[in-house]
Amino acid sequence: MTVGDVRNILQARVLCGEDFMEKTVHTACGSDMMSDVLAYVKDQSVLLTGLVNSQVVRTAEMMDMVCIVFVRGKVPDDAILELAKEKEIVILSTNYRMFTACGLLFDHGLRGGCELK
Amino acid sequence: MSQKIIMNFTVPGDDFTRAGEASSAVKRALKQLGLNSDVIRRVAIAMYEGEINMVIHANGGEIVVEIGSDDVQMILTDHGPGIQDIALAMREGYSTAPDEVRNLGFGAGMGLPNMKKYTDEMTIDSIVGQGTTVRMVVRVPQS
Repeated sequence: MTVGDVRNILQARVLCGEDFMEKTVHTACGSDMMSDVLAYVKDQSVLLTGLVNSQVVRTAEMMDMVCIVFVRGKVPDDAILELAKEKEIVILSTNYRMFTACGLLFDHGLRGGCELK
Repeated sequence: MSQKIIMNFTVPGDDFTRAGEASSAVKRALKQLGLNSDVIRRVAIAMYEGEINMVIHANGGEIVVEIGSDDVQMILTDHGPGIQDIALAMREGYSTAPDEVRNLGFGAGMGLPNMKKYTDEMTIDSIVGQGTTVRMVVRVPQS
């Protein structure tokens, strides 16, 4: 699916990165602990989180992720959005809570990329 | 690349929002040099975890990165409280980070294990009350 599909499925607002809606995403993860994201994620493109600070963008940058979805309607401040723009990372905000947002994306075919064998 | 490229950074300890700037600069440099994307990601994640540790545990420090044709070496030095028990600190899930650090998304006890996981070599020298030096190496596959 594309970042635009993620936006539509989650009825999300695009806070930055409107030009990248056609980017393809294969996998996703949801976590409020960036340490866990850095530990367990492999080739994942979308990060869903309820944590709002600049290190969320830094974490996504280090992992080569293309899109961050802030759940529970959270909206980052301008400094975070500026950093995301600089790194060409799309920022979405959805009113869905974490479990539901992840479930909707899973239901539409997006996977975690590190399922148990 | 015949000569090593050396990058030096001072990591400020009083500004959590700036943590990761050094790792970001190294990642950018490695991309410009055209290194293998797996090497770039491993260096970026390991250094980023180390940089975050410096800020949350040791009030900042210094990082020296040496980029060579065979490997990328990172030396992170801080003058913080040191690590009492390195073997315990290496255990996944063990953390001395306070709740306010966990509220920032870190302190899950995954930093040092992640750094070891993503690098080919890692050594830790620490003296309680004086500080810690972490040396990490990521080897560059030769084509």
